[in-house]
Amino acid sequence: MTALSRERIGTLLARQGILIAFAIFIIAFTLANPKFLTVDNVFSVIRSSAILGVMALGVTFVVISGNLDLSVGSMMSFSTIVVLDLHDKIGPLLAIPAMFAMTLALGALIGLLVGYLKLNSLIVTLGMLSAIHGLTLTYSGGKNMDIADKEGTWFSVFGQGTALGVPVPILMFLALAALLGIVLAKTPFGRKVYAVGGNGTAATFAGIRRARTVFTCYLISAGCVATAGLIQASRSLGSQNTVGQGLELEVLAAVILGGASLMGGSGTVFKTVIGVLILGFIQNGLLLMGLQFYVQFVVTWIIIILAVWLDIAAKRGRLWSPIA
Amino acid sequence: MTRTIPALRLDGIVKTFPGVRALDDVSFEVLPGEVHALMGENGAGKSTLMKVLGGLYQPDAGRIMVGEETVVMATPLEAKTKGIIFIHQELSLATELSVAENIYLGELPRKAFGRVDWRQLFDQTDAILGKLRVGFDARTRVGDLSIANQQMVEIARALTHDAKAVIFDEPTASLTDAEKVVLFDVIADLKADGVGIIYISHRMEEIFRITDRITVLRDGQYRGTVATADTDEEAVTQMMIGRALDLSRNESHHTRGDVALEVRGLSCGKLFQDVGFEVRRGEVLGFYGLVGAGRTEIAETLFGLRDPSAGQILLNGEEVRVHSPADAIARGISLVPEDRKGQGLVLGMNCRDNMTLPQVDDLKAGPFVAEGAEVAIFDQYRDRLDIRTPGWRQLVGNLSGGNQQKIVIGKWLSMKPDVLILDEPTRGIDVGSKSEIHKLIRELAAQGYAVIVISSEMPEVLHVADRIVAMYAGRIMRTFLSDEVTEDSLIQAISGLGEDRPAVPA
Amino acid sequence: MQAGALSNALKKGAIWGFIVLELVFFSVAGEYLSLSDKAFMDLDNMLLLFKQSAPIGIIAMGMTIVMINGNIDLSVGATFAIAAIILLDSMTWPILAGLGDWVIPVSWLLALAAGTALGALNGLIVWKTGVDAFIVTLGSMLGYRGIVFMFNGENPTSHLNWTLVDFAEAQVLGLHTATWFLLGVTLAIWYLMTRTVHGRNAYAIGDNREAAVNAGIRVGPHMMVNFMIIGFLAALSAVVFYSESGSVNPNDGQLYELWVITAVVLGGTKITGGAGNIVGTFGGVLAIQLLRKGLGHIGADTSTVNLVIGLILIAVLILDRQLNVKGKEALKT
Repeated sequence: MTALSRERIGTLLARQGILIAFAIFIIAFTLANPKFLTVDNVFSVIRSSAILGVMALGVTFVVISGNLDLSVGSMMSFSTIVVLDLHDKIGPLLAIPAMFAMTLALGALIGLLVGYLKLNSLIVTLGMLSAIHGLTLTYSGGKNMDIADKEGTWFSVFGQGTALGVPVPILMFLALAALLGIVLAKTPFGRKVYAVGGNGTAATFAGIRRARTVFTCYLISAGCVATAGLIQASRSLGSQNTVGQGLELEVLAAVILGGASLMGGSGTVFKTVIGVLILGFIQNGLLLMGLQFYVQFVVTWIIIILAVWLDIAAKRGRLWSPIA
Repeated sequence: MTRTIPALRLDGIVKTFPGVRALDDVSFEVLPGEVHALMGENGAGKSTLMKVLGGLYQPDAGRIMVGEETVVMATPLEAKTKGIIFIHQELSLATELSVAENIYLGELPRKAFGRVDWRQLFDQTDAILGKLRVGFDARTRVGDLSIANQQMVEIARALTHDAKAVIFDEPTASLTDAEKVVLFDVIADLKADGVGIIYISHRMEEIFRITDRITVLRDGQYRGTVATADTDEEAVTQMMIGRALDLSRNESHHTRGDVALEVRGLSCGKLFQDVGFEVRRGEVLGFYGLVGAGRTEIAETLFGLRDPSAGQILLNGEEVRVHSPADAIARGISLVPEDRKGQGLVLGMNCRDNMTLPQVDDLKAGPFVAEGAEVAIFDQYRDRLDIRTPGWRQLVGNLSGGNQQKIVIGKWLSMKPDVLILDEPTRGIDVGSKSEIHKLIRELAAQGYAVIVISSEMPEVLHVADRIVAMYAGRIMRTFLSDEVTEDSLIQAISGLGEDRPAVPA
Repeated sequence: MQAGALSNALKKGAIWGFIVLELVFFSVAGEYLSLSDKAFMDLDNMLLLFKQSAPIGIIAMGMTIVMINGNIDLSVGATFAIAAIILLDSMTWPILAGLGDWVIPVSWLLALAAGTALGALNGLIVWKTGVDAFIVTLGSMLGYRGIVFMFNGENPTSHLNWTLVDFAEAQVLGLHTATWFLLGVTLAIWYLMTRTVHGRNAYAIGDNREAAVNAGIRVGPHMMVNFMIIGFLAALSAVVFYSESGSVNPNDGQLYELWVITAVVLGGTKITGGAGNIVGTFGGVLAIQLLRKGLGHIGADTSTVNLVIGLILIAVLILDRQLNVKGKEALKT
């Protein structure tokens, strides 16, 4: 009986461990600082996580399909710079679709290389990280990009506006999360993403067009990146070329923290949202406690490794690796 | 009379897995200088027994003795140091390294400061390779060798040790006849040195050529040991199959319908050439031949997984080109693949989702997957195929082999195909499920499906098929009616010995 | 010779062919486009090229063995920064004040020990928890960077020791100190990987881990040693570089992991482990540095370097795939 209940606790931890950790965090921080769980503070956490979060939604699809995307950071810089530049040249109404089209084209290129040419996604997106960074610098001539008339544009609504008392970035993040969550959990496409990531060969034997599925995942990822770039550009109305630098790894950290396996085939949009919020709340909670931002780095490190370790440990039924 | 001390002795070995008694009180012994065949059907427990001997599994009960010493082997290395050497069926080589490094993997000779003593390494290796009379040297990169030569590297490994017992697991599967001769010489040398040899093979001809005694396992149980000289193929087969499985000749003669699938002059590079046959509705066409004869490759080509280099495929009299499994499925061809876990199932997915995977695009309610319809399909085939699972939410990876295979079959039956191809449909599953699947295949034919069954087990093809296509080295040798064919002529045909006659349509 | 051998030979030679191509291209293009009168293949320019290759190159040698072993290390940039700060900061510690110039070797040792320890920590976690090295080092990349900031917040840490600067700027037999270190490390790691039991076992583990385990090779300790080596080399790279520059920003070393991995992959090391060689990595490092310098020489923007390197990395991957493509009869999965 003890063995059984221990097994149950193990399964429970493996399945819901991240939620339990999240709850403990919230309670601990709230006890430490009553300001932590106020509407204002929660809003500010979600708003500051929105850009990371939107990108993480797309990367969730890529990771579940069994691949990686390390190019989302530099791609986000690219879309931010492009939309800011075009804003003054062709107006925001045209700039936004133009930026989306260009970002999606980059996503399509990656999807082509990884999906149809079956190249290693780690190296392809590593190469794209560098290439898109170069593309951005070439596009901007290395200069910061600023909108001329920062007061008079409605473009700022995506990053700074509120609707029904809720900041627009939060609405966009949550709406996109809901939409993509349903796509992944409820549609035939979502099912195929899990199958391709779970066992690509078996998926092919079941008549699933694997290349097309992977390709679409990268398109979704690029679409999310473009949305994140839009929020970023709208919030700051001016930007450096390196605004998204390093985000690719933070995004991946959020997705992994949510419990998606890098081997593919597991993870959900909801869990990724939790992963994003955990990162956001840790950052915020530590700041409220008066700790410097970099303490958050160290804490994130420990949490990521603990989360993945416990997940693996529950699956293999023993804490320590059997490797000699 | 003094009794010879066995080189290796197994005494009451028991190994259970959740729900399965994989080895049930298995005892036998291998004498020094003896070649001892271990036989049994797939799933009889041979591979589990080998893993116990190799230190990969720990037995639940029983003991293993090497010479006079009882041994416990917790790791593969320990098995090796105790003198039990394995020649694996699946190659376990590091292809980027040299032959010598592979042979002495984990035991490279050292000089001071952890340096490799290359001279000693290469000299020792070349000496061993000389004994094997192979055409490559110690410095060759293993990845540059043919599969057969890689197998020889595996064999060379056994010779580096003071071996008490050497286990060969299907060693000739990828060897040419010339290479087989070399292998048998090596075995004779080992035998002369007083090493005990366990030889696992399905090939009767080899068993009767080189072994001294034969031990048979069935359903995880020891079924007896006989001297090779005192028995014949029929008796051994009898022991392997026993009474548990009805493998009487197929004698059903229900009406056969129109030709569902016809193949003319189909070739795919070196894999198979100029293959022609037809399958009618209401019949089961068996494909029989050795591993590597091209049977699976034909199925894969029909299913759009390989591009044919020549030939035509006609479905219901109409020529079709199949470029992908999606194409094949759309045209009504289904394939239950050979490798259940690698090709048939997404183990981390639940039963329902696995079963409806090929039709997930068609089961829609608006933009969403119609989960109700999925559950209905799952329930229908669970009942029809008697799939034992707590419910559709169960992950497929947690089911037994037989139930997993039924999920795969259910997946393809629910597509209502015109042509159903089953590649080794009963490999690695228990006898109960096996006869259920045999029965099902017959029923499907009676319902008017055109069924192709590929199998390496002669009793199986004889039992389920109406006609049997015998393949050898990528070609169809002959087509037989299963109630008329003799086992001898079938064996001759798949060994390339029969007359090279064109296929006769029955 | 078999087809596999031919494509292997092609792959091994490819990086050097590429370097020759770069040299020719930039020499010729430089004639027309360069603003300076100096030829691209000027001796001083080439000597400088080696020196500038050193920081990335030294780490790349460590990355090569970690990748051959079947792992990856994303935390090298942060380890690099920590070692740099320890090097410069420790020279100002009161406790070491009495040592005079003898503080230099002490600081070096401290920095190198720190790097080795950080590598060991990565290795230990990978070994004992069984978590994938990619995730472990992704985490420590963040964590180690956090530690960097703990020293001095967002401010740079600076300390110039002129004896040290003189040492770092010295040229022996025409080669800069940094170049000597790069060559020394390359030689040492090449020897390790081709001549020692540890090196050969590392290949075996990356190539076929199950076979290595079955043969009784202790996978864990080998992996851990390799992580210690890459940590040591990341620190050595910092020691060599900051002895001369004397000032470190907390963001220094960011994206080094990407540059290093690019060099290693260009040099022919397989991302899945088991294959790769040190000489190839040396070529990969030179090729990247040549590209940076060459594009600068012909007046291209630094931004172009990123673009070109990214595209080349992908092109190499496509080429590799074409060389390994199986016949038409292959299974399409």
